[in-house]
Amino acid sequence: MNKPHSVGIVEPKVAHFDSPLELTSKSRLDQYQLVYETYGELNSDASNAVLVCHALSSDHHAAGRHAGQKQSTGWWDALVGPGKPLDTERFFIVCSNNLGGCSGSTGPSSINPDTNKPYGPDFPIVTVSDWVESQARLSDQLGIQQWAAVIGGSLGGMQVLQWSISFPERVRHAIVIASTAKLTAQNIGFNDVARQAIRTDPEFFDGNYYQHGTRPRRGLRVARMLGHITYLSDDSMAHKFGRSLQQKAKFDYEFTPEFEVESYLRYKGDQFVDRFDANTYLLMTKALDYFDPAADADGTLSGALSAASANFLVVSFTSDWRFSVERSREIVRALQSNKLNVSYAEVESPHGHDSFLLSIDHYTSVLRAYMNRIHHDLNSYGEVTG
Amino acid sequence: MSKILHQTGLTRHDYQVISDWIAPNSHVMDLGCGNGALLKHLQQEKNVTGYGVELDPSKIAQCIENGVNVIQTNLDQGLDHFNTDDFDYVILSLTLQAMRNPKALLQEMMRVGKQGIVTFPNFAHWRNRLQLGLGGYMPVSEELPHKWYDTPNIHLCTIKDFRALCEQLDFSIESSLAVHRTGRQGLSLKLMPNLFGEIALCRFSKNTIRYST
Repeated sequence: MNKPHSVGIVEPKVAHFDSPLELTSKSRLDQYQLVYETYGELNSDASNAVLVCHALSSDHHAAGRHAGQKQSTGWWDALVGPGKPLDTERFFIVCSNNLGGCSGSTGPSSINPDTNKPYGPDFPIVTVSDWVESQARLSDQLGIQQWAAVIGGSLGGMQVLQWSISFPERVRHAIVIASTAKLTAQNIGFNDVARQAIRTDPEFFDGNYYQHGTRPRRGLRVARMLGHITYLSDDSMAHKFGRSLQQKAKFDYEFTPEFEVESYLRYKGDQFVDRFDANTYLLMTKALDYFDPAADADGTLSGALSAASANFLVVSFTSDWRFSVERSREIVRALQSNKLNVSYAEVESPHGHDSFLLSIDHYTSVLRAYMNRIHHDLNSYGEVTG
Repeated sequence: MSKILHQTGLTRHDYQVISDWIAPNSHVMDLGCGNGALLKHLQQEKNVTGYGVELDPSKIAQCIENGVNVIQTNLDQGLDHFNTDDFDYVILSLTLQAMRNPKALLQEMMRVGKQGIVTFPNFAHWRNRLQLGLGGYMPVSEELPHKWYDTPNIHLCTIKDFRALCEQLDFSIESSLAVHRTGRQGLSLKLMPNLFGEIALCRFSKNTIRYST
């Protein structure tokens, strides 16, 4: 096998939908579009397709690079590509940008055809199951009846769970990484602080900032800084920054950034503000908060997952305190109480919630082994039917 | 297959004994499943479903490659996340002796499963007795290959000890067998398993009250 490498230059595609989408919130989108990217080739019986569901602030650009960019910028480039665990020489990989997003899929910054202005705050609240419904329609357009695997980390993992419940017959394998079946009160609290930072920014204008030619940059930056802290672990922050000072030897006793960690978080916040829309951030965090499939099934997750028939792989990371290993264990327990096929790996990692984006030996070997199994089954499936 | 078998410390004969004890289409849990070879064998031979439980990260990917469901868990922390009576059989092969609290684990096995199957190296095997009794040093054998100072085996027992514990826990022993490393069985093993058995295999269940008529 060649050394793992990048998928190279990729180009986003756009799928248009004219049939109305009824949303969980009882609102409706009469027409919409999804932006997506694909890597690898779909085989003749469309049995090698893998759907990658993205996390809170990612988008359709999972692997490779866009023309004009020197370096790979795909958010999951560590794992998607030729020779990588999600091997594009074996699988046809699809990653779509969710409804409500800000990278081309219909969202708050898109033009509302009814008013010819950006949707802004009028864009309806979308939920994880709405996303899954819209992705199912994208699958139809792509001619994919059943995914070999649906995979995602964090918010992406929630979509995987929902796929396995909403469309059990369309998912052969479900891979849920660093995720949870519902947010804890602490998590909802973090999300609301982030939303409040955005909504109280004087340049937010109740979400109509597009018309005012402004953006709630300060609020979004604070929201991201807060989020970023929760994605790392105490240890990883201590290791990375400690109490080191920023280009000086002693305190100046003033409110400019003095510690390295302060300027790092501000830098991360600024970077995010340049690429992300505040209304989208509000929507995505609400989708996180609302997700709770057990609520529709007598309050039990095993009841909710009794609809599922996929084979599961669940992965968690020891230092992830945002979606802790206990949350993954709850999912595993619910799956095994339904006697579903499930494997669970608890990966030792110091990097916190963000570990799922990294190339960690145990993590990649488990993922590679699981994808090898799927590939192996794909071949025997071909032998029987072909 | 022989390479896989070797890594679990069990022989094909041990597998066959366990396989013979298990009803087809059962739901099975294999604690300390290693690379999943035993479960794979049972899946093929007896069409069982179930899960392996393993702590060692390097074994997790091997189980997955072997097509065996594996759940990464530290057995010393109990089986809290498994439901009561979910399994027909709970297997613990060559792992009991490395547990911090073997008694609690045996009780947990009987909570989540209807029957338990345990295999363990018999510390009372004559070769061990010889090394300790005459040689005066801690035995080292194929079954117990570690030196006393770096062994993961912290709770060694004999067949007699194990039977006594089962009695104390009110388990009834359904079948038991002592074997040589080679799988050979003879009269000496039948008559004096505690002296001649290198590996003990035991199947047990909860004692239910039996009413005489």
